[in-house]
Amino acid sequence: MSNYMKKTDRYGKIWIWTAVVVVLMVPVAVCLYYDAWPQGTAVLKGLLGVAPIYWTVGVIEVITYTPMLGTGGTYLAFVTGNLTSLKAPSALNAMENAQVKPGTEEGEVISTIAIATCSIVTTLVLVIGVCGLTLITPILNSPVLVPAFDNILPALFGGLAVVYVSKNWKLAITPLLFMVVLFLAVPSLAGSVGVLVPVGVLIALAAARIMYKKGWV
Amino acid sequence: MTFNVNSIFMYILAICVIVFVLAQSFFFLIRAYKRGKELGMESSRLKRTIISTSVFTIAPAISILIGIVTLSKFLGIPLPWIRMSVIGAITYELPAATSTANALGISLSRTITDAGTFSAIAWVMTLGILPSIILPPILMKKIQGGMLKIKTKDSKWGDLFLTSMFLGMISAFLGMVFADVRKGIAGWIPIFVLLVSAAIMSICGLLIKKCNMKWLETYALAISMVGAMIFAVLITPMIIS
Repeated sequence: MSNYMKKTDRYGKIWIWTAVVVVLMVPVAVCLYYDAWPQGTAVLKGLLGVAPIYWTVGVIEVITYTPMLGTGGTYLAFVTGNLTSLKAPSALNAMENAQVKPGTEEGEVISTIAIATCSIVTTLVLVIGVCGLTLITPILNSPVLVPAFDNILPALFGGLAVVYVSKNWKLAITPLLFMVVLFLAVPSLAGSVGVLVPVGVLIALAAARIMYKKGWV
Repeated sequence: MTFNVNSIFMYILAICVIVFVLAQSFFFLIRAYKRGKELGMESSRLKRTIISTSVFTIAPAISILIGIVTLSKFLGIPLPWIRMSVIGAITYELPAATSTANALGISLSRTITDAGTFSAIAWVMTLGILPSIILPPILMKKIQGGMLKIKTKDSKWGDLFLTSMFLGMISAFLGMVFADVRKGIAGWIPIFVLLVSAAIMSICGLLIKKCNMKWLETYALAISMVGAMIFAVLITPMIIS
């Protein structure tokens, strides 16, 4: 492992543990400032409604995205969030355009630059948006624009699919068919797509391994 | 202390968190950029990555802003702003707030005025998402070590392994687009949007290759995404009415 990678890991750990403190500081500060500690049972009941699924998704996301995003990219993306809808696609697209492979140091550099840029631009858009919220809320809530943002994921993944699927159609066909059939059969799963990402990954890996052994890819 | 979801104190907290996020992002951006140059990567290629990502990020960032607007109706602006800037996503924050409100037997139809309720929601939003931030430093070595092992053993399989992971992820999202097909023609809108996005991307690809429009590579994903979103705006009223 190069010195850069070792340092990235060390700095990444420092930043992410600091982020844990910063994130926890928010509810602690609210409780202290307003002298309003919540009832333990309310927090526990609230957590019971979301933690089982989101803690599972959290574990799955870390295992799935870390190899794709690289060390620096992972430490940054998991702090700034919006992983599937923004950080992972932007890193993939950037590595593809720069013609570098994930898992290499060049890939690590491009992925980190893409995720950092993504985080900075998102933060700035949110700052500008929040500052002008009274002005832009009517526009954002306009019924005309609703379909645009309701369809942001198909709009994003359609373009991304052309790049990846066309280049690797043999590897793509099995997980793609499986997912289409699954969602057609059980439409309610659309709400748990995060949990299905590793299922898609496992199917893609199994199919790829078989094809690789048979010399088809 | 009188409680207000939009108090100056809450805004100060939000600004602290945002400064932290920006500092971490700039720290990694500058390090990676310098390392790229050390590795002999051209400045133009690195700059293209920054420009391309910036352009592509704007539309999804606006969608995140809409998430803040949605949550601000009952949580005020600063808390959703904080949550959407660190780890959060609307798909998690809304269920977390709703689950806590249900546990407390209150409605989220109007702005919260009780500090206890607000702090309970803030705790659930924070604790529910915590594994996403705690696990990377714990698991990083094992995951990266495993990847290195695969690549060292068989580099071709190592490349296929990573490509398959991408394709598995993309497949899940592509499959999801078909979830509403049974609802009739309106359920086909996401599929039409996906196809239009794919068509625009293909045209961009052709222009890049055949007409040597290399510069288009930087904007192709943003163009296909925004083009498909405009298509959704145009086609939805026609189909639904």
